[in-house]
Amino acid sequence: MHEEPILQVRNLRKQFGTGCKECSELNNGNLEKNFCKSCGTVYACQDISFDLYPGEILGIVGESGSGKSTMMQCLYFDTDVSSGEAYINDSLLAGKNVFELSSQQKRSIRNHLYGMVYQNPVHGLKMNFSSIGNIAEKLIAAGNRNVAEMEATSKKLLESVHIPLHRMKEEPRNFSGGMQQRVQIAKALSNNPPILFLDEVTTGLDLSVQANVLDLIKKIQRDLGISMIVVSHDLGVIRMLADRTIVLLNGKIIEEGLTDQVLEDPQHEYTQQLVYSLL
Amino acid sequence: MKANTHFAFFDEGSKKEIRRAIMKAVAIPGYQVPFASREMPIARGWGTGGLQITLSIIGKSDVLKVIDQGADESVNAVSIKKLVNETTNVELTEQTSEATIIQSRHRVPEVPLTKGQIIVLQVPMPEPLRGVEAKEYMTKRMHSEDDYSGIWLMLFEQIMKYGKTATFADHPVYVNGRYVMAPSPIPRFDNNKMHQSDSLILLGAGREKKIYAVPPYTNVESLAFEDYPFTVESFEGLECHLCGSTDIFLDELIDQQTGITIHQCNDTSFCMDQLNKKEKAEVQTSYA
Repeated sequence: MHEEPILQVRNLRKQFGTGCKECSELNNGNLEKNFCKSCGTVYACQDISFDLYPGEILGIVGESGSGKSTMMQCLYFDTDVSSGEAYINDSLLAGKNVFELSSQQKRSIRNHLYGMVYQNPVHGLKMNFSSIGNIAEKLIAAGNRNVAEMEATSKKLLESVHIPLHRMKEEPRNFSGGMQQRVQIAKALSNNPPILFLDEVTTGLDLSVQANVLDLIKKIQRDLGISMIVVSHDLGVIRMLADRTIVLLNGKIIEEGLTDQVLEDPQHEYTQQLVYSLL
Repeated sequence: MKANTHFAFFDEGSKKEIRRAIMKAVAIPGYQVPFASREMPIARGWGTGGLQITLSIIGKSDVLKVIDQGADESVNAVSIKKLVNETTNVELTEQTSEATIIQSRHRVPEVPLTKGQIIVLQVPMPEPLRGVEAKEYMTKRMHSEDDYSGIWLMLFEQIMKYGKTATFADHPVYVNGRYVMAPSPIPRFDNNKMHQSDSLILLGAGREKKIYAVPPYTNVESLAFEDYPFTVESFEGLECHLCGSTDIFLDELIDQQTGITIHQCNDTSFCMDQLNKKEKAEVQTSYA
């Protein structure tokens, strides 16, 4: 199989702080975890590279503070990268490093090619707007100006994530955490994005709701063939969803491979520890 | 002690600064130009933005009309007129067609404005995106990036909740196909008067320290979805109980005692004109 990756990320680096002589060469081991003791710079993501293929789910695991969420925020343009490149396989964006595009172009990518589900629904939803309005927001941002059309699309999406339609005009702040998360997923899917980012979507949900949301994600992937990047520190979630898995530690990729391979036969010391501490 | 005030109250430096802001506003239709709003003898929020524009553009030969929600004789309109008159000695009028500068709060006059006239609108809330985003830093950015999805979303929400857009006044407009602008709290009825207007429209927000403008013959398009076109307030079948005019913006007056509703022209000078014309015609016919 010689498929073109839909998203290529090369040497993504995000640092907080200016860096100094001691830490500018990242490989010389002067860092304590991802922190430079002499200048206080934090290297949240250190030269992360990977490919995402069409229709696959890529899992990203790592302990808290390992740079998972920072990486997602960089990819979704919530924060700027310090350096690095990303390429999207799209006729209009061929050969262009998306991190260097103008903010309008970035917004257009977010509205047309990306979907994002945040760990905390507060970030992804406008809590004082109706659920249907939240979904329409993304459609409006993508240039739709037809109310009936947007209403129909939103209804269909809400139905597919099992939100009762009689509550569609209610504000998500009245919803339970699981429902909010499902509204967020519906919003992320509204423009049929080829790439979907899921950041700790099931964390904090109770088990039956978790199963519901995971089912939904799996179904979406099967039905729509959307490529996804799933960040989680829950190996169970990764095992169920992801085809391939990347293990992050201190902002670096320490292991990657097929999920089964990583979980059954971990090579790196940290991954071993992670897998064996699974209850 | 009564000191001699400078012509038009302001010192020349202040006028210059405000005129500069106005020039920039005219050059970029719909863009909110920040300016150093002066301390005025009336409180902020009572028309200081409009007053500052009026004072800095007024000349000795100008004729001024001031209206407050359609009325020439409301306290606020009268005190603004007095202040300008005392410091400039310009002629005051209630006739829309005679005025060269019309300062107005929340209405565009019924009599169509003509070339050479300037209408100055007082604005309480110049930022159409404020309801969506509280931070000025962010709204400025949204304007610069042409990112108006928030305001569309607000209209969408209204349609979802009420079945139609529920902006009573201050319905947002696209100016020259670029900037979304708050037309000041004029009724939707007046929005269309801004489109391809013969006169220059200046808008001033004293408290918010912003000046913006719609130059003559500029496209002003009210925001509306494809399947929910923009509509103005309808007064079908109603007429002014004083002058009998139709197709104008009417105030609804309810008699507290009897509960009877009557309608009356909101634009008082227009109503007076109609009444005068009627009387003249009556007098002429009775003599004949």
